[in-house]
Amino acid sequence: MFLGRIPYRRRRLRDAARLLPLFGLFFLLLPLLWSPPGNEGRRFSGDLVYLFGLWVGMIVLAAAIAPGLSRRDGEPDEDED
Amino acid sequence: MPFNLLVLACITYVILLFLVAFLVESRARRGRLGWLRSPLVYTLSLSIYCTAWTFYGAVGYAARSGLEYLTIYFGPTLVFIGWWWVLRKLVRIGRQHRVTSIADLISARFGKSNLLGVIVTLMAVVATTPYIALQLQSVVLSFGVFAEHAPDGSAPLGADPTAIWVAAGLALFTILFGTRNLDAKEQHHGIVTAIAVEAVVKLFALIAVGIFVVWGLAGGVSGMMQRIDASAITGWAMNPGRWTGLILLAGVAVICLPRMFHVLVVENYDEGHLARASWAFPAYLMLMSLFIVPIAVMGMERLPAGSNPDMFVLTLPLTEGQGALAMLAFLGGFSSATSMVIVEAIALATMVSNHIVLPVWLRLRPAGAISEDVRAVVLNARRVSIGVVLAMGYGYYHVSGGSAALASIGLIAFAGVAQFLPAMIGGIFWRGATRVGAIAGLIVGFAVWAYALFLPSFGPDAVFPAGLLADGPAGIGWLRPQALFGSDGMDPLIHALFWSLFLNGTAFFLGSVVTFPGPVERLQGAAFVNVFEGPLRPRGLGGGHVEPEALLVMAQHILGDEAAQTLFEEAARAQGKRQSILPDPTPAFVSDLEQRLSGSVGAATAHAMIANVTGQGTVTVDDLMTVARESAQLMEYSAQLENQREELARTATALREANDKLTQLSVQKDAFLSQISHELRTPMTSIRAFSEILAEGDLPPAMVARSGRIIQDESRRLTRLLDDLLDLSVLESGKVQLTLGLANLREMIDRSIQAAEQVKPETRFVILRDLAAESLFLRTDADRLTQVFINLISNARKYCDAPQPEIRIAVKMKAGRVRIDIADNGSGIPKDAQGLIFEKFGRLPGEMRAKGAGLGLAICREIVANLGGTIAYLPGQGGAAFRIVLPLRLEAKAA
Amino acid sequence: MGQHVLLIEDEPNIAEAIGFILSRDGWQVTHLSTGTGAAATAQRITPDLIILDHMLPDLSGLEVLAALRGDPSTAATPVLMLTARGQSRDREAAARAGADSFMAKPFANAEILAEVRALAGRAPVARG
Repeated sequence: MFLGRIPYRRRRLRDAARLLPLFGLFFLLLPLLWSPPGNEGRRFSGDLVYLFGLWVGMIVLAAAIAPGLSRRDGEPDEDED
Repeated sequence: MPFNLLVLACITYVILLFLVAFLVESRARRGRLGWLRSPLVYTLSLSIYCTAWTFYGAVGYAARSGLEYLTIYFGPTLVFIGWWWVLRKLVRIGRQHRVTSIADLISARFGKSNLLGVIVTLMAVVATTPYIALQLQSVVLSFGVFAEHAPDGSAPLGADPTAIWVAAGLALFTILFGTRNLDAKEQHHGIVTAIAVEAVVKLFALIAVGIFVVWGLAGGVSGMMQRIDASAITGWAMNPGRWTGLILLAGVAVICLPRMFHVLVVENYDEGHLARASWAFPAYLMLMSLFIVPIAVMGMERLPAGSNPDMFVLTLPLTEGQGALAMLAFLGGFSSATSMVIVEAIALATMVSNHIVLPVWLRLRPAGAISEDVRAVVLNARRVSIGVVLAMGYGYYHVSGGSAALASIGLIAFAGVAQFLPAMIGGIFWRGATRVGAIAGLIVGFAVWAYALFLPSFGPDAVFPAGLLADGPAGIGWLRPQALFGSDGMDPLIHALFWSLFLNGTAFFLGSVVTFPGPVERLQGAAFVNVFEGPLRPRGLGGGHVEPEALLVMAQHILGDEAAQTLFEEAARAQGKRQSILPDPTPAFVSDLEQRLSGSVGAATAHAMIANVTGQGTVTVDDLMTVARESAQLMEYSAQLENQREELARTATALREANDKLTQLSVQKDAFLSQISHELRTPMTSIRAFSEILAEGDLPPAMVARSGRIIQDESRRLTRLLDDLLDLSVLESGKVQLTLGLANLREMIDRSIQAAEQVKPETRFVILRDLAAESLFLRTDADRLTQVFINLISNARKYCDAPQPEIRIAVKMKAGRVRIDIADNGSGIPKDAQGLIFEKFGRLPGEMRAKGAGLGLAICREIVANLGGTIAYLPGQGGAAFRIVLPLRLEAKAA
Repeated sequence: MGQHVLLIEDEPNIAEAIGFILSRDGWQVTHLSTGTGAAATAQRITPDLIILDHMLPDLSGLEVLAALRGDPSTAATPVLMLTARGQSRDREAAARAGADSFMAKPFANAEILAEVRALAGRAPVARG
């Protein structure tokens, strides 16, 4: 089925919203793979900055996506899974 | 810092909260909430996730385990930015099915099973009571910190009395503002706003302490970073199991905790608010945790070794001489504790009253007798439950004596409520989930949690003997509570979480696969899983042979008179009925009503009550047919048919009513002429007879006088009749001249009652009024309106046949209109006559017929219509009752 | 002279007028303002004539008439019906129910007096 440009965008926005937490989880688990602490190049404050930076990034992305999602539309809410 | 000042500040703060809640409640009652139900307030109310355990405890957590405290916030962050997956569906289901608690959700999904409701309620109580105790402990500890630092060393209260006072105060607040209304749709605006205020206070407090630490003590960001890297906190290493497991656990807890479910779903006012909260709530969490590490590092650096890191937020400003900042931090911690306890108590009390107290009460009733005021029972049950929940929290605190076990209870509670996850998520995404599966999963998961985590948490030899912990029951090694199935060396929390959720999910899945759901269960399953697919609602039982009046009486007992009447009236209008406020009891209406009731008493109870009234305790063929129809390709088709059929039914109802009315009108037209003739001829007869007698002359003077007076009386009667007729025709033609002005309703009613006393002056009537509500000014035609009141009150005096006659006058403002109910306690007007009384000469047949010309109510109706309002007979009030609805300000019609 | 009339009429002023006109003419008048108990009273006082209003607060005049006609002691008593509605339908219904005469309100005093005299004269007067 061919959709108009705007409904099409909205569907892709939903896909983005669904994917966002998965990306977030991936990046949250990433530090587990880094070299153990005490090693050269990994400092506690570095971890702190990384995690908070990631956090802010997730919030900003979510804030960017949310307004487009919450708009009500006439078509059925749930698309194909 | 004097201790008394602290107590004073604390009390002032509490009074402030009461004021906020009170003001908001009174605004809500007047329907002027405005920004108070904005996404901002919704987001802030979600912050009860951050309890005192996170306010004080996060710093301690960071001091002990480095960055691990962040997992507690990362879980919810992922759940919220991923709101499109789960939260959106939960909120939609919650709103559509008027879910009152997480127990209600699970119970409703699995065929409105009350057994499930009871299980979830008990689990929630067991898992979260210690958590409430933890909050009380934190308040007591923070008081203790101040007492230690008090210059005079005075500590007027011991730990226990403090906890009692806090618990009692919270109980009072919660009962006052949490049990005001019943319908969950009306929601607790006062409490939610107070919680939002507390959210701001705690965030502000924590940030203030953080700024003081970073810029006041450490000399800026880079200085802080150096201190962090130099501190002992860097000794912590990320443990992959705990890091991943805790993120998962916190993410689960944020939707499964009863209080979170309550603010997230039950108190949700608008689904759009969730979109805003999806990023704003993570932002709040981020800000709350931003300064945790700096405070922890600085505390370890500056405070003497051995000080409790859980209290760094308070002790750090105190030792640095920042009394005011410490006070602010104290209020922040106090806010965190109180807001959590308040909402938790409401959430638990709703579950306990809806799933345990009410069903028991209903069972003890004789069948079919829902005659008492169920509202009062529900509200009282809820009040008592709040008291009990808080008493249990205090009891737990008292018994555990503030032990170290309590400090770890936060995560243990998380793991306990996480057991709801399979039943909840499975329930809303998987049609195949069944009641048996849900029960099996919940019980297995809860048992494993209790065995592997909760009971051992009290320490060796407290509940479990040390031997059992070390070697397993009866020496069976693979049943050791903290090393099930030989999983040795795991972190106890992760171990318990892993096994309990795995076994819970397995039992849920297997139980669901091998059993077959009942029809109601399948209906509810379809309605929950496909909540976004159009308006197909689950069909409730019932329909057909129900007396709508019986439903109205029951609904009034539960929702309150006003809400129930509005609901029925709207339904009647939607069915195309213009004359009556009683709708036909179609299955759609009965199912709607059931959902409304479930907002007050829970799905299972509402279902039982409706089945009770409709006399259908079991599933009918009709319901089975509906189940059969639910297959996917039939759904849309049947939805269309349904729409057309409803449309047809509406039209048919309207036509039938019109036809009935026309038939009645043509009969009435004949009757009208004959009535006019009668009403004119009767006085004429007396006049003619006596004037002839007078004309004959030679009468005694007394007889002359008497004849003259009779002629005069009868002429007056004739004039009055002609006036009434003329009045009516002017009113009906709409050419009436209204004299508009501001008038006090109370004065009008005073005047009317006085004027109506001429009717049956010998009978004493008790008149019940609400003078306060009547004291309002209307812009209307005061004389005309008074005429209506006189008429209605006179009628009540004339026809009320009760031995102790009573007239009730109730006034209520609603959406810019004023509603005046005038009712007596007589035998009322028979059902078949109710449609006729407003017609001209529409007097009652037989004994109720009386002397008036029968134009009174017809004139009333025309006057009220000219005043821009409506008047209707109000059935089911235990007497004759009339309802007038008028605009507050009647604007003069443009000429 | 001294004949007895039972007047069943709920409007007090009309009843008073008829009572005055008849008693001045020498009739003894008993007045009832409701239909209930009218048949019993008639049975007790055995009037020579009954004047019956068509529309009473409790029963209709036709119901009262049916009760009178159903009782052997009053079955033959002449009945004059009064009505304020004055439709021919009412007149026919009254005749069918066994009224001897029918009169529409308002009436002339002389008219009703003449009608009463005529009816009573036609009645089988057994007592002196």
